[in-house]
Amino acid sequence: MIEVKNVSKKFGDTHVLKNVSCCFEKGKTNLIIGESGAGKTTLIKILVGLQKEYQGKVLFNGEDVKRMNNKETRRFRQEIGMLFQGGALYDYMSVEENIMFPLTMFTDKREDEMLERVNFCLERVNLQGKNNLLPSELSGGMKKRVAIARAIVMQPKYLFCDEPNSGLDPKTAILIDDLIQEITQEYDITTIVNTHDMNSVIQIGDNISFIHKGELWWKGYKEDLIKSENEELSEFVFASKLFKKLKKLS
Amino acid sequence: MLKLFKHFGLYFIMMQKVISVPEKWNAFRRQLLLELEKIGLNSIGIVLFISFFVGGVVCIQTALNLENPLIPKYIIGLASRDSLILEFSPTMISLILAGKVGSSIASEIGSMRVSEQIDALEIMGVNSASFLILPKIIASLFFFPVLVILSMGIGMIGAWVGGLSVDVTTTGFIYGLRYEFISFYVIYAIIKTIFFAFIVSSISSYFGYHAKGGAISVGKSSTEAVVYSSIVILVFNFILTKIILT
Repeated sequence: MIEVKNVSKKFGDTHVLKNVSCCFEKGKTNLIIGESGAGKTTLIKILVGLQKEYQGKVLFNGEDVKRMNNKETRRFRQEIGMLFQGGALYDYMSVEENIMFPLTMFTDKREDEMLERVNFCLERVNLQGKNNLLPSELSGGMKKRVAIARAIVMQPKYLFCDEPNSGLDPKTAILIDDLIQEITQEYDITTIVNTHDMNSVIQIGDNISFIHKGELWWKGYKEDLIKSENEELSEFVFASKLFKKLKKLS
Repeated sequence: MLKLFKHFGLYFIMMQKVISVPEKWNAFRRQLLLELEKIGLNSIGIVLFISFFVGGVVCIQTALNLENPLIPKYIIGLASRDSLILEFSPTMISLILAGKVGSSIASEIGSMRVSEQIDALEIMGVNSASFLILPKIIASLFFFPVLVILSMGIGMIGAWVGGLSVDVTTTGFIYGLRYEFISFYVIYAIIKTIFFAFIVSSISSYFGYHAKGGAISVGKSSTEAVVYSSIVILVFNFILTKIILT
């Protein structure tokens, strides 16, 4: 479980996050939603430790990230898997080398053991046999799946996904969403997804946090989201004509 | 001025992270071999090509400027040798490498920064600065002197060919090359080159590592890397020459 307690962040005179407190549950797909510039990415960066200067506390299973020493931070980082918006695969490495990279850096496994684990992860994301392809030879959806395989290769406790569906066609987006949800449930990990995509919200959102103008505006489950009377949230969720029609019908 | 101090501060903070024991020697060795190929082997062609022709031009120009019958012809070989060893090979080749290698380092690291590959390394717990930059610095420190020595040799062959075209005999040219040869000049050139290798690789890495935004920023960091590396090389050339040769 991840707890965020009174987290605030300023860039110059601009308050990007104001006193945000929320909780992300284990074994669930936790979604952070909000408009562009609302502070979602900053919150994710604070959670994964890329943004170190902030006020407040972030607790991973009760442990304050800020108070960890170098050794503890190193161990903690190996418990994190992250799926970046563009995949962030290493261009000069093949699919196999990309997935194997965390294993070569942090384990003492033999080559054949590592390869076995890589093949297992590739199979898990339905990319078996693509070991020797380079990232430039992959489609957007395949890149995301390789990035997911790399994120889970170390069997993380926490999985962070930044805009996992951006730039993907609806069918591939559903495939990625399903994969994230399956992995979350299968390995009982805490998954946090930062998204704009309302289809993802409806499909995989177990626990939703709505960030608006740097503040936590609403928090709840997807069933409550549709019924919510919160004006800003409704405006965001039902922004498209299709969703407006669906709301009227419901 | 404040911006300059900021650059200095960020550069030293980065270098503090760079100079650390590699986390995994296997991974480090692999990166180092890759960099030796990219920085060293891939630069041999251009260095040899430029050195040969500049060597020839240096010799022809020296010959044309020493037409006094009282000055012996072997002086042409001697002047070409000293020009190549003292200045052309270490300084000019380093400036050329600042353009070729420096821009490549800055754009490679810059692209990794803007495509979040560096963030991905950091999240995994890898010291990204050390993992990416240290092999580049070591490869440069090792290969720049090799390239400069090659440049000296090929430059002299170019000078000999150039000399033949202006009636400098092979015997006279070789006599000039060997006349009062001071081997310390080669050591001086190598010392300078080692400094220049560090300057090019670390400054270029700095600009790439701190790139922000998108493709434009990568282009900007690449240009800045070449400009600042060249300026610092010229300043250090002056300082090192003053310290070592006087």
